[in-house]
Amino acid sequence: MPETHVIVPAGMLGAGFTAEAIDRGIALGGHAIAIDGGSTDSGPYYLGAAAPKMPAEAIAADLRLMLVKGAAAGIPVIVGSAGTSGTDVGVDWVAGLVADIAAEEGLRLRVARIYSEQSRETILELLAAGRISPLPPADELSADTVARCDHIVGLMGAEPIIAALDAGADVVIGGRATDTAVIAAVPLRQGRPAGPSWHAAKTAECGGQCTTNPRGGGVLVTIDDDGFTVDPLEPITAATPTSVAAHMIYENADPHLMREPSGVLDVTDAAYAALDDRRVRVTGSRFTPLPPTVKLEGSGLIGYQSLAIAGIKDPEVLADIDVWSTTLRDFVAAKALDVLGLTEADLDVQVRCYGWNAVLGDLDTDAAPPREVGAVLVATAADQATATKVVKLANPYLLHMPLPAMDHLPSFAFLSSPAEVPRGPLYEFLLQHVVAVDAPDHLFRTEIEEVGR
Amino acid sequence: MTPTPAPSPVTVGDVASLVRSKNAGPFWQTLDVFLPDDEAYRRVAEAPGLDAATVAAAYRVDPAGVRIFHLPHIRVVKISFPRPTTQGGVHDRDMHAGQQHVPLARLPLAP
Repeated sequence: MPETHVIVPAGMLGAGFTAEAIDRGIALGGHAIAIDGGSTDSGPYYLGAAAPKMPAEAIAADLRLMLVKGAAAGIPVIVGSAGTSGTDVGVDWVAGLVADIAAEEGLRLRVARIYSEQSRETILELLAAGRISPLPPADELSADTVARCDHIVGLMGAEPIIAALDAGADVVIGGRATDTAVIAAVPLRQGRPAGPSWHAAKTAECGGQCTTNPRGGGVLVTIDDDGFTVDPLEPITAATPTSVAAHMIYENADPHLMREPSGVLDVTDAAYAALDDRRVRVTGSRFTPLPPTVKLEGSGLIGYQSLAIAGIKDPEVLADIDVWSTTLRDFVAAKALDVLGLTEADLDVQVRCYGWNAVLGDLDTDAAPPREVGAVLVATAADQATATKVVKLANPYLLHMPLPAMDHLPSFAFLSSPAEVPRGPLYEFLLQHVVAVDAPDHLFRTEIEEVGR
Repeated sequence: MTPTPAPSPVTVGDVASLVRSKNAGPFWQTLDVFLPDDEAYRRVAEAPGLDAATVAAAYRVDPAGVRIFHLPHIRVVKISFPRPTTQGGVHDRDMHAGQQHVPLARLPLAP
């Protein structure tokens, strides 16, 4: 029975992995090395600002290992969601690192760049043509929301990646792609069935997270006509039926179904069995083709933030921390509106008391006084200078704010001098919508060039 | 003689081997309750008080958006609902929704 082997060295490009893991995957017959380069998980900044989360050095170290070993074995290297958010800038940045490494290592590589960024004009045309619909819990898209996006990407499926491999690419640098597409493209291109191909891809997309030791690096997935097998690439970890089945539910609102541009994966009837003490066999995964859709992600600037941090250890203040933080917040907001001539709509002031209820807010039911609190005063305004001015105005009050019944001014423990920290721009995710397309590779653009020597 | 305090009710977190939470995209969060054995699984999966209305009240979200999945083959109860604030928005307190499992873990199971 024909088999396709995909080496997934880690859950994210830049996370790091060992040369031995890649060697083992190649020795086991790996047909490609595939890795995800990003997601929305780190928040709206990376898409809104088109900036990567990981340093170039970390990305380059992982790329170098994959490129050198992939070239020696004659197998392609596939990266998706380049530069964290998969913007065109991110694709060009990672492709530039590939070109540098190829030159340094004396490799001649055919590199495909697949762009997935969408202009606001394109999205407005699709909206006018009635091709965009909301996903829960979003409302119908408006032209105003499109206008607020600084960057918009569409999530590619396997089709543009398969086309790039068909065109002879040794390296594919994809813009925003589903986490699974970079992996599933390899078995699908070799004619393996869609159910096992997509389910294997979902299982392996976070590397060793589908194993008993999430620190355990990468995995090899082997897809055939009846199912797939998971084989961890590092000796320190093992795949078990439970560890593999449990990963299907990770970061997935629905544990049975996963939508891809070309259809939906259904694992309701999947069966997980141990082949031995480290490998797991999965059968019964189904994929139903559906009219193609491309999911959109968009992020836009909504303001700038500055902050300051004060440590509180005084038990008297900690016993009434709710009164203290509310008094401080309301006083600073009123002071800023007065002195800076702002209106309520121009300004947001929050005091987040880490150590008390900063994480859960009003959902926190723990009534015990905290042992220590880090009070973070955050101001959000239309520009950085204004946000910083608000925190400067707040400085003496964050330092000395007494409880209402106190007859002295306490002083709290500031983190730094200056106390105010300009935190930078604040972005917001604005799109939770899909485009109905005529074909799954619609909206994506591929350029191929030779790099290195 | 000092009266014995009433025992605190057994919670989801008491019987689970792991309760975790995470974003499922920027607009949803999902909570997974892993149970160590079939008895613990039945206790949580069949808990009369652990329905969409209870979960919605604990998180102050719309009960109509709460989806509860029972996965006996891996002894997991999974609960998903739209995030009360969009990930990374000005009022979001947990970028990855990684600490949102605690209110669920504290929910009492019927004795």
